[in-house]
Amino acid sequence: MSGKEFIAAHAMGSRVEGFALVAKDGFSARYDLDRIQGVFSRPAHKLAGQSYRDRILVLDTAKGGVASAWMLHEMKARGVTPLALVFNSVNPIIAQGTALADLTMLAGFDCDITSVLASGARVELIPERRLLRVFATTP
Amino acid sequence: MLAGEMGPVRRIALQHQIKVGDFFGAEDFVPVTQAHIMADTESLGEAGVAWLEMLAGHPVAERRVRIPTITDPRGTDFSKAALLKQAVWMLDLEQRAIDAFVKLGVMMTDTCINYQTVLAATRGEHVAFGDTGVVIYTNSVGGARSNFEGGPSALAAGLTGRTPRYGYHLDGQRQATLKVTTDWTPATLNEWGALGGVVGRLAGNYWAVPVIEGIDRAPGSDELKHFGASMASFGSIALFHMLGVTPEAARLQDVASPGIPEVRVGRADAMALQASYRGDDKVDVVVFSGPQLSLIELAALADLCDGRHFTVPVLAVTSPQIKPDADRIGLTARIEDAGGTVLAGMCFYQSYAREIAQANGWKNLVTNSAKMVNILGGYGYRPMLASMEECVEAGCTGRLR
Repeated sequence: MSGKEFIAAHAMGSRVEGFALVAKDGFSARYDLDRIQGVFSRPAHKLAGQSYRDRILVLDTAKGGVASAWMLHEMKARGVTPLALVFNSVNPIIAQGTALADLTMLAGFDCDITSVLASGARVELIPERRLLRVFATTP
Repeated sequence: MLAGEMGPVRRIALQHQIKVGDFFGAEDFVPVTQAHIMADTESLGEAGVAWLEMLAGHPVAERRVRIPTITDPRGTDFSKAALLKQAVWMLDLEQRAIDAFVKLGVMMTDTCINYQTVLAATRGEHVAFGDTGVVIYTNSVGGARSNFEGGPSALAAGLTGRTPRYGYHLDGQRQATLKVTTDWTPATLNEWGALGGVVGRLAGNYWAVPVIEGIDRAPGSDELKHFGASMASFGSIALFHMLGVTPEAARLQDVASPGIPEVRVGRADAMALQASYRGDDKVDVVVFSGPQLSLIELAALADLCDGRHFTVPVLAVTSPQIKPDADRIGLTARIEDAGGTVLAGMCFYQSYAREIAQANGWKNLVTNSAKMVNILGGYGYRPMLASMEECVEAGCTGRLR
């Protein structure tokens, strides 16, 4: 059985499928992450202490500094990245970093994507169609 | 260029720019006059340095930048690395990155205050600047036009001489989306930073443009530097207008349509932000950085250091352009006579902040930079925001009163 589908305004990368990690919070590779351990480290972040590794990270917006443009590339080289990124809104840095790291990202929906997805949901991203599909929880 | 007739380096750069431009729906490219690259090795890592070395390994004619291209702070001050207890591998990585950049024709200015020290962009000038504090100052105070250009994109702009035309290169993106009214004009740099942080949080994302009304005097460059850097850090903001101060906002109607959302902020909001970072009063290290200090800030710090004796490390970070003047004028000596250290060409939070905290036993950090307190929590510090005077006092007593 198919689940819900959402269309993004912006997309890049290749098709991926995985489990979502969701929060109504921002994202900065420098400010928010322990990039060595692969967990959110900023104490005030809503995902503090949680691993983002190989998750489809669904957050509100990209925040902060330009370092993320390099850091995603460095994280990718060590295999400690999210599987993909999904945002309500992004800044150029995340787009530039995602491009260099050759990751998948969707951004810009006609709803608050963090409020319609729950952590643990199985999700498929198809960038060429700017499509986010949520698999139904029961067949 | 895309066909590779100008070599693989420029083709890689243009491919990257097209990928980003397509993502944001850019219709074409705009020529840029300068590029500014943020590329400390903590961010680059081994993978980023190897990527730079790959580019730098191509023939000279193919690899050199086409427009003046400069750098943001490095991850160390080589002359002070031992004091910071940075590891040899960090310095080796830094040197490899520097060698690669030099081969690419990049000028190693190592500064995040290039608008105060190198060459300020002028109103309407299109540039490709990295470092969020540089971009917000350049857009807002200078009236020039730049998006946040991360290291790979800024380098790509240096190599191609252009950047995708989207975001703040477009007239329509420069209109205010939020009117912020205040009845309070900050007096100190930490207060300007705190107010910038409040506005940044309220505005909330890269595409938001606040216009601030109610500032009762023309702020100085250092004040707007801290205000903007903090706003960019807390909110990812790239442009603000300040009525009667910034060049595009002589009148409200110049930058804002009727009916945009409005919000009031004041001293209580800024002080609440500052207070939210207060932990216990013990201080392990005092840091003036983020952005690098201007000569005027160093002079103010030197005045406060005369006759004092620090009991905890006090670090003041400036640019390589300013440090020689600080040395020559005697500011460095006055700060270091009190027990402080003046560093150049680096930025504290871009210098392996987590590792040097562990090596030095630093946890409680006090600074007058709101941008720094926003960043350093993620590096395991307990940062506290205070005035320069309070920071100096904390350096002497080891306590923040």
